Amino acid sequence: MSAHKQGTLRSDVSERDHTLGAKNAPVTLVEYGDYECPHCYRAHPIVTAIREQLGVKLRFVFRNFPLTQIHLHAFHAAEAAESVAAHAGEAAFWAMHDTIYEHQQDSDDALDDAHLVRYAAACGADPVQVKQDLVEENFEERVSADFMSGVRSGVNGTPTFFINGERFEGDWTNRQAFTAALEEAAELAHR
Amino acid sequence: MTEHANLLRAGEPAPDFTLRATPDQMVSLSEFRGRPVIIAFYPADWSPVCGDQMALYNEVLPEFHKLGAELLGISVDGAWCHAAFASARKLHFPLLSDFEPKGAVARAYGAYRPKDGTSERALFVIDGDGVIRWSYCPPVGVNPGADGILEALEAMHGERSEVAR
Repeated sequence: MSAHKQGTLRSDVSERDHTLGAKNAPVTLVEYGDYECPHCYRAHPIVTAIREQLGVKLRFVFRNFPLTQIHLHAFHAAEAAESVAAHAGEAAFWAMHDTIYEHQQDSDDALDDAHLVRYAAACGADPVQVKQDLVEENFEERVSADFMSGVRSGVNGTPTFFINGERFEGDWTNRQAFTAALEEAAELAHR
Repeated sequence: MTEHANLLRAGEPAPDFTLRATPDQMVSLSEFRGRPVIIAFYPADWSPVCGDQMALYNEVLPEFHKLGAELLGISVDGAWCHAAFASARKLHFPLLSDFEPKGAVARAYGAYRPKDGTSERALFVIDGDGVIRWSYCPPVGVNPGADGILEALEAMHGERSEVAR
């Protein structure tokens, strides 16, 4: 009955996405992540190391998948990062992305609005603007759209990775295996 | 022979069952006649990942409801275990205990793993007449996500709108 294979990215990477790396890189790695998820926190340095290792071969994309019922601050964290991107640009977005993950485990309130606004300011965004965006939920739709694109693609928890559009079923905590899967995708793309 | 050869398929009637939803409340599948039901069998409460299958469905629940469907989670865990799990994860749908005789409902749906003593992660979408319209059982260890469920519900929804026209 299903017209497509389950666990396939249904929403193509586009201009609306936050991407690192060249558009024509042979491998695109899409992460659906939650800023408050401890597993995503663990994945963050692994992704960073893999990006450095694969260099020009890899394009990385981050999409929001906040699990709001178990992570109180996840949705606002995603909205804050989107606000930073909209007002201060992509470089600021990635700085915010890194900052949120780096501070996730600092304390129970490390991702509350006051902290998020402070991180946003440190990343070059106007804190008043970001705060207003949180209050007015200006990026609610954007974050929800990311979430639903993930649901449609078979995201089954956080983080979920897609390598060139296919859900990665392997163990991302094993950096060697994760890298090997990406290298293999790069080779296939060249054939 | 495939691994899930006994899994009930589309077109077959969904076996009725009555299971404990809380320590003092029973739920029967037949109570839901007239509207679609999603049954999600899963191996166990307290799996060690956040954003596990039940947490994911909890987040997607408003989408299921938009399509008129109810969601029932089923595992072999006892009702008290389910109660603690549902409370910790803030789950907004019933978890049913396929506890005594253990796994009987999972067996009836062809979704039991005797070797592990748990059910598979098998999914069923059942229509308002109690007929299975879609079933799916991923390989062990793969959490199937929610995309297939939504597609199946939408396909049924589409048919209904056509009939109404």
